[in-house]
Amino acid sequence: MRNSNEIIDDIANREYEFGFTTDIEMEMAPVGLNEDTIRFISAKKEEPEWMLEWRLRGFQAFKKMQFPKWQHFEMPELDLQKLSYYAAPKKKKQLNSLDEVDPELLATFEKLGIPINEQKALAGVAVDVVFDSVSVATTFKEKLNELGIIFCSFGEAVRTHPELVKKYLGTVVPHSDNIFAALNAAVFSDGSFVYIPKGVRCPMELSTYFRINAENTGQFERTLIIADDNSYVSYLEGCTAPRRDENQLHAAVVELIALEQAEIKYSTVQNWYPGDKDGNGGIYNFVTKRGICKGKSSKISWTQVETGSAITWKYPSVILQGDDAEGEFYSVAVTRNKQIADTGTKIYHLGRNTRSRIISKGISAGNSDNTYRGLVQVGPRAANARNFTQCDSLLIGDRCGAHTFPYIESRNSTATVEHEATTSKIGEDQIFYLNQRGIETEKAVALIVNGYAQEVLNQLPMEFAVEARKLLSITLEGSVG
Amino acid sequence: MLTIKNLHAEVDGKKILKGINLEIRKGEMHAIMGPNGSGKSSLSSVLAGRENYTVTEGEVIFEGKNLLDLSPEDRAREGLFLAFQYPVEIPGVSNLHFLKTALNEIRTYHNLPPLESKEFLKLTKEKQQLVDFNANLMNRSLNEGFSGGEKKRNEVFQLAMLDPKLAILDETDSGLDIDALRIVAAGVNKLRNADKAFMVITHYQRLLEYIVPDFVHVLYNGQIVKTGTKELALELEEKGYDWLKEEVHQKESV
Repeated sequence: MRNSNEIIDDIANREYEFGFTTDIEMEMAPVGLNEDTIRFISAKKEEPEWMLEWRLRGFQAFKKMQFPKWQHFEMPELDLQKLSYYAAPKKKKQLNSLDEVDPELLATFEKLGIPINEQKALAGVAVDVVFDSVSVATTFKEKLNELGIIFCSFGEAVRTHPELVKKYLGTVVPHSDNIFAALNAAVFSDGSFVYIPKGVRCPMELSTYFRINAENTGQFERTLIIADDNSYVSYLEGCTAPRRDENQLHAAVVELIALEQAEIKYSTVQNWYPGDKDGNGGIYNFVTKRGICKGKSSKISWTQVETGSAITWKYPSVILQGDDAEGEFYSVAVTRNKQIADTGTKIYHLGRNTRSRIISKGISAGNSDNTYRGLVQVGPRAANARNFTQCDSLLIGDRCGAHTFPYIESRNSTATVEHEATTSKIGEDQIFYLNQRGIETEKAVALIVNGYAQEVLNQLPMEFAVEARKLLSITLEGSVG
Repeated sequence: MLTIKNLHAEVDGKKILKGINLEIRKGEMHAIMGPNGSGKSSLSSVLAGRENYTVTEGEVIFEGKNLLDLSPEDRAREGLFLAFQYPVEIPGVSNLHFLKTALNEIRTYHNLPPLESKEFLKLTKEKQQLVDFNANLMNRSLNEGFSGGEKKRNEVFQLAMLDPKLAILDETDSGLDIDALRIVAAGVNKLRNADKAFMVITHYQRLLEYIVPDFVHVLYNGQIVKTGTKELALELEEKGYDWLKEEVHQKESV
């Protein structure tokens, strides 16, 4: 049998397989946020009345809300009236060739092994070739259709499956959940919709790579995934390549619903633009992600590898409502230069015999700040609930920060809640040891960091894991020495 | 193979090596002995290129190259191997993956193609049997949770895998029980050949019963104060180091 590392090596050397489609045409809403903007968006998208009403309820909630103050970083100034809420707020400057693209970005593409056409698309260069992904996507769609799986853009789902959207939209993340979720409810652009019918095991990883529609909807994306009784789906979000993007605020919402004995596995690799070395520019990634294990013995598992964005601020959460339900959160968050991450999870144990597992690995380098914040709440009915939390921080250099804020609230005496935390530094001894075996420092750090994150990376689907590994190595280049 | 001339080194401003002279030729087994704090481990650190050691005088020629000009990884790639006294643990990195990375880095340096998985595994099996290394430890994280003895045996396994020209064994016998010591020594003996040289650093003569040296050097106060053959080790075992220290002090006072 082949050793997993060999498999990974082999895959890592393979060509990048998936293409992209891009659509350069755009229409703009007038700048500013008011009811007219929302009506404009809804009309542009030819939405039914109920969808517009829901947006407006979100907007009403938004108007009453303030930005939070509890986060462990200084909140940047955000003037939401200065943004445009349809299409891109600022039209992406069209570049004519790769010569006009930031060489550092190109160097990263090179290292990730991304083909030239895809590099162009990601960097915002005009492309006149239609990538293979269209045909790939079509083949996929046919296969999914046969099984009754619905995988389409959110906008399409509103038109073609309104009963499902109406039934589940906002049931996990209400339109008034928090200020960014309310904003998203009011102005969301598009996103993905997935429905897995009863008893169906989705035979492939669903990835936004394969979705033809709804590119350029990054800013206020909305995803809704429903796994009906006894079904299974694994969903991949993101892309290891850094995307050129001029939207500063990203406030997406993801809702997951797992019915009886259903399982949803949601994996993210986030590599948005982190800003320059001095902390100028970069994306604010303020996302609300939550899943509910509604049915008995259902399971939701979040895995995230966060290496990008100037600020990453999110807590993918699980509500364990059904008895015997299971929730998992696996996270690697890397920060360098002046990046900030304040991330973690919330697990609500409501049902009996519910179990949860949290594995968080923070890696901080440069002048960055990396915070784990987690809540484990056990309700009065949740007899025999069990949680295990492991929360590790790895420091590279002596100018970065790592912080841990675990909150535990238990209202059932039969619950078991465990929390373990460690903080370590990459030791000179470790690096010297690897040097002495012929491995240069940069590779040594990559090896150590990958080993440290192993438990989380193991949760990713194989091919995604390979990209994530490469990404971790590249992200930390130049952090030592 | 290795020529050390008048080597002086310090750490944190403290003089540790005070003029080491040593010549090691292909196929030779040199033992470095000496009391605690005499500079034995410092010598191995300086040769391997540990960062906090500063060479203030002297030179080291390794296979015709000025060793002190090379980075630690290039010294390793040129064929210098240090079996550590305290091997580090690297959680989550499998022993095999680490070794494959190391081996291929060294091969790349010598313009050789990286070893395919199949060839690598074949080599692994061969060497694992040669030095009697527990196969179960190969897929575990590098040294993580290994016993002291297992760590030392892993060093010898790595030595077998990477096949260096010069191997420095820094107190590889420390912390080993007699059985483990025998196995480690047997492994080293199997790796001895006419092209390879060894520098074995040890406190005790015990190891030298199993690994028979061609030369024994006694290091004291940053200098080699006596050189002999394996009989010198026996003499030290019997008489301790005090008589040598006295000899040195007498010489100094003259």
